Amino acid sequence: MRDVAIVGVGIKKWGELWEQSLRNIFVDSALAAIDDAGANRIDSMYVGCMSGGLFVGQEHLGALLADHLGQGPIPGTRVESACASGGVALRSGLLEVASGASDIVLVGGVEKMTDVSGDEATYALATASDQEWEAFNGVTFPGLYAMMAVAHMHKYGTTREQMAAVAVKNHFNGSLNPLAQYPHPTTVEAVLGSVLVADPLHILDCSPITDGAAALILCPADKAAEFSGTPVRIIGSGFSTDTIALHSRADLSSLDAVTRAAQKAYEMAGKSPADIDLCEVHDCFTIAEIMATEALGLVEIGQGGKAAEAGETAIGGRIPINTSGGLKSKGHPVGATGVAQAIEAVEQLRGGAGERQVEDARVAMVQNMGGTGASAVVHIMEAM
Amino acid sequence: MSSARAWREYPQRYRYEAAVCDQCAKWFFPPRLVCDACGCREFTTKAMRRTGKVLTYTVIRVPPAPFKDQAPYVVAIVQMDDGPRLNVQVTDFVDGQLKIGLPVSLEFRKIYEEGEAGIINYGYKAVPV
Repeated sequence: MRDVAIVGVGIKKWGELWEQSLRNIFVDSALAAIDDAGANRIDSMYVGCMSGGLFVGQEHLGALLADHLGQGPIPGTRVESACASGGVALRSGLLEVASGASDIVLVGGVEKMTDVSGDEATYALATASDQEWEAFNGVTFPGLYAMMAVAHMHKYGTTREQMAAVAVKNHFNGSLNPLAQYPHPTTVEAVLGSVLVADPLHILDCSPITDGAAALILCPADKAAEFSGTPVRIIGSGFSTDTIALHSRADLSSLDAVTRAAQKAYEMAGKSPADIDLCEVHDCFTIAEIMATEALGLVEIGQGGKAAEAGETAIGGRIPINTSGGLKSKGHPVGATGVAQAIEAVEQLRGGAGERQVEDARVAMVQNMGGTGASAVVHIMEAM
Repeated sequence: MSSARAWREYPQRYRYEAAVCDQCAKWFFPPRLVCDACGCREFTTKAMRRTGKVLTYTVIRVPPAPFKDQAPYVVAIVQMDDGPRLNVQVTDFVDGQLKIGLPVSLEFRKIYEEGEAGIINYGYKAVPV
């Protein structure tokens, strides 16, 4: 297996992009990545997208997006793992370059979510749970994470204020990110005073509905010098699944697939949690960030809420989490999220994250998950 | 949903039919084709006891479209006494009664209607015992 580097990144402003189609949102970011890398060709591409079918009535995205990218008749593969689609697309591209099958691979992610009503978006997102034995009973995604929050509060004493602290931190980080959908600071009082969606989760505990895309260019690490973009090496990758239904899990207050994916990534990278300088985690809900930081070994089991409240996970803290603003503030176009997390890692390791920059960042981790943690993918990157 | 799907789920939604592994005796509700504990592919169909207890719960205040007229309502994960765990609505409780560990029993109830001319979907909800 060959070492693989990221040599180009592309991402544009996320939000409610009424004037843009799925294909144009994707191509805009993909071209930015190609330009950043200075690549004169693409050999193959993978695109993470959860539900082109339900959000815009369009499937067959591999061919559609390869066509519109204008790079000729290259192989184009659409990857779907619910909200982990982008992270799994990255792993697919990584393996294609590592295997020697291709040299220059574009890894993208895209979701166009605002062409449908809120009800239709809720339905589309609910297909990431078990349709027959969860959604049938009227449970929503906020409802499933709310039940994880109740279990976590019961077992570890996690508080509402600790969950709110996650939202406050991520919105502060997002306020430093001009590409974020909601680059506005918030307060614990505002989070706790916002409308309840599924007890104990308020609307400001939840990530938003977003249109957006992101793209990366991958190549063999020993060819990285041929490109103009400052390279970052991908040194670890891990992927694990869990039961599709939350109720089938032995422990409702942990994300075991994230733990397994992280163990594989740490092992491949030869790193441990103490080596990680910053991490982007999948904070689709505030409780998800708390549970993810625990599963990754970055904080002690049951202490994720306390760590957030104490500022340990803030920029300048012991282990900065979601310097980009996370899904919470930056937005969550589901298929693009895993790719955008990798872009924040690259920007930090390049030293180009501006006001969000983590000092002396050398090793970064990204964690992306689908459903209630039924798919979990973790990557570790290192500055070259 | 299609009438075929509604019909093929009746054995579980109406009669609590579970599959019990012939080799390790693990219960599966709904049934599966292979046991995830021992790999056995042979099962015996048995009716699951309706009793269990609440492991966690939430109040759904922003519901999916078919449940609009029911919100707010409670959804829980219930540990059944025979081993399986379920996602299920909880109903017929009084203020202050709902908590982790609450003993419940499944009852046959209407779950939701698909518009004025669609299927009326029935199934089980949990009530305190």
